[in-house]
Amino acid sequence: MSNSCQHNSSNLPQEHLLHRLHALQQEYLHISPQAMQQVAVEFNLPLSQVAGIVAFYSFFSAQPCGRFHILFSNCTSCGYLLAGQNLMQLLAQQLQVTPGKTRADGLISIGETSCIGLCDQGASLLVNGIPLTHLNPDKIAQIAQQITANISMDEWPGEWFEIHDTIHRRNLLLTTQLAPGNALQQAITHGAAETLTTIQQSGLNGRGGAGFNTGKKWQLCREKLGDAHYVICNADEGEPGTFKDRVLLHHHAEALFEGMTLCAFVIGANKGLVYLRGEYRYLLSHLQTVLSQRRNQGLLGRHILNHADFHFDIDLVVGAGAYICGEESALIESLEVKPGIPRIRPPFPVTHGYLGQPTVVNNVETLIAAAHIVAHGSSWFNSVGTQKSIGTKILSVSGDCRLPGIYEYPFGVRIQQILDDCGAQRVQAVQIGGPAGKLIGAPDFNHTISFEDISTGGSFLIFGHQRDLLAVHRNFAHFFAHESCGFCTPCRVGTQLLKNNLDKIAEGRGTTNDIETLKQLAFLIQHHSHCGLGHTAANHVLDGLQHFPQVFATHLNQHFVAQFDLDQALESARQITRRDDAAAHLD
Amino acid sequence: MSAIQNTIRIDNQAIPFTPGQTIMDAALAAKVYIPHLCHYPGLPPSGNCRLCIVEIENRSVAACTTPAAADQTICSNTPELNEARKALTQMLFVEGDHICPSCEKTGNCKLQAMAYYLGMLDDHFPQFYQRREIDASHPDILLDRRRCILCDLCVRASREVDGKNVFAIAGRGTKAHLIVNSPSGKLADSSIATTDLATTICPVGAILIKEQGYQVPIGQRIYDHHTIRETSLQEHIAGCDKLKRKEHQDTER
Repeated sequence: MSNSCQHNSSNLPQEHLLHRLHALQQEYLHISPQAMQQVAVEFNLPLSQVAGIVAFYSFFSAQPCGRFHILFSNCTSCGYLLAGQNLMQLLAQQLQVTPGKTRADGLISIGETSCIGLCDQGASLLVNGIPLTHLNPDKIAQIAQQITANISMDEWPGEWFEIHDTIHRRNLLLTTQLAPGNALQQAITHGAAETLTTIQQSGLNGRGGAGFNTGKKWQLCREKLGDAHYVICNADEGEPGTFKDRVLLHHHAEALFEGMTLCAFVIGANKGLVYLRGEYRYLLSHLQTVLSQRRNQGLLGRHILNHADFHFDIDLVVGAGAYICGEESALIESLEVKPGIPRIRPPFPVTHGYLGQPTVVNNVETLIAAAHIVAHGSSWFNSVGTQKSIGTKILSVSGDCRLPGIYEYPFGVRIQQILDDCGAQRVQAVQIGGPAGKLIGAPDFNHTISFEDISTGGSFLIFGHQRDLLAVHRNFAHFFAHESCGFCTPCRVGTQLLKNNLDKIAEGRGTTNDIETLKQLAFLIQHHSHCGLGHTAANHVLDGLQHFPQVFATHLNQHFVAQFDLDQALESARQITRRDDAAAHLD
Repeated sequence: MSAIQNTIRIDNQAIPFTPGQTIMDAALAAKVYIPHLCHYPGLPPSGNCRLCIVEIENRSVAACTTPAAADQTICSNTPELNEARKALTQMLFVEGDHICPSCEKTGNCKLQAMAYYLGMLDDHFPQFYQRREIDASHPDILLDRRRCILCDLCVRASREVDGKNVFAIAGRGTKAHLIVNSPSGKLADSSIATTDLATTICPVGAILIKEQGYQVPIGQRIYDHHTIRETSLQEHIAGCDKLKRKEHQDTER
């Protein structure tokens, strides 16, 4: 891979460990203990660190996957449950394979994965990392035929892989294309200090969800002394329901790299990194092309725009399936070839980030906005929005609506307005900011998207009147239990207990006491976890209990029910004794 | 710096601290106990067990990883926090297989002692009954992952004190598990020894020295006579003495 980290000393491999492991996974369909040992020697790392990474990231496997390895998204928008049909089960049946187990002949393996950011493209999957969209039972049958006939993916119908990016509403950022180098030329003309002032005056806040002031972040980083400064673009868009970065990376990569280069100019960085989520690997070659164009144009590399002391370049690092790496300190850990476990904060990355050095970590949208602000001026930007939420927000709208896609609105837009614009009718609930965000019902549709009201990193999931909201809660609870990094007790154990409890209620074995347990668990996870994943993992349950109590109540049993299904618990004993007669069952 | 400046308040008690100290270190030095399982004097803090949660301005933080700062007002020994600590202890109990009556560690186990200290009378949550591997390959040391609480103490002890890096934690969520840094992944293939801190630091019965079972009869074990509060305060004093001796040796060298 041409773009990779080059921080290792000269006798070590030049590529990033995650890329090396990905290549091994591709070639051998798994990463064997022998391969791990070899890589540990190559990279001069403890074997346990390599093994720890293989075990941490979903896209690495110690057991062989199939030659066709299919991962269905399990998101509520692009997931495999379609109008009462389970597309994953359908394909599994047709190919005679059990999800999670590679077929004996090694041809096929099927599994599920967290949202792959194709929520506006219908039910979707990744086959050997390549997205396949707009799934339906017919297409599933055709895929099964292709695989059974062992037809190479190159010969599959091209339109299966098409992704149609639809931008329904454009405002400040999506109306204009930046001429490459335009903002950068302005920055060089006016100097770093004045460029920083422009960003500060624009009032830009981070677009990832937390909303930290961008100018402040850049200033803190610029002021902190260090051996080196780094700019990192967080392109690990993992929140289920968000796909705006996918579209931005595809159509606005120029502006993104321009924003990163500007930031480098302001904070004094020579090196930038884009951490791209593994699910978006197919965008890699496009991004590499744009980077090399910019190098040819003198917008990256040494002496940018002929400036004597401005040298900066950008590496692309691709993740390997871990939602937690969207948390900035976990992302940095991942860049530093470790499992993505969030760091103890403070210190924050802005002073102690990548390799312990001052680092700016910004969202894709934030960096694009920064480029536009420098090109067009701060007043161009802050003329739009509300007093506390300046500018526009790009939303990824999906779920039960006629026009899913990208919508750019000035901050302060009402929820009902968005629902009207995307053709959503008889809406039961909206989940804003993804599973980690906020669940609201119709009485709250007059609220607005803004930092002071309802904040979102971009995910906007719509649930129509026919949706089973308890199923949605289960989906979210399964998501967090799967994505918890496992570091701290309340999140590791608590998300699992929350999941089990919701499953129990949905299976009709819940009682009033289980609602109390849900509240207790939600409180523990929310208040006492180590990082933002835990702090937000139970939001949806608390919101659900507050706004939609009947969703839980209607499933409750009036009488005592055992924690587990007693008859089911005897199943393994029945299998061992090869009995299935009446006496081997409870009633 | 004046003495008044370097003071924090825990449950209305003024406690001095030196800059760089965590809330945990300052508290223990002042003989104020904050419940903990993954903290050990002299090892870098981790903050994973979350038993040492305290509240500063209604925000929950881990005392072992949060630096003490002048005029911090901290709540620790409150009914609400102790209830939360009890629930977290229950979580650790149901996640693993903690079969106290038949465990060799009973009476010497910090998890069990913590449960007694916090007044835990039942598991409250349903058991996980996870399949976890036992490693009995080593002639002198047994690793039973079913009882591991992922406190990371053996990982840090081996790396920081023993200088061996024998252990690591791998996997995500409830699949997180202790791994051994050896080609076969087995303990027998590693450089661990019975005298290592990593071998003896385990707060539960996950790492046990073989052929010593029940040499001390039940009823005469540590927590048969002491609370975890007493032993933790003792441990802190002993740990600090050890650190001082080491620093002294390093300076002389």
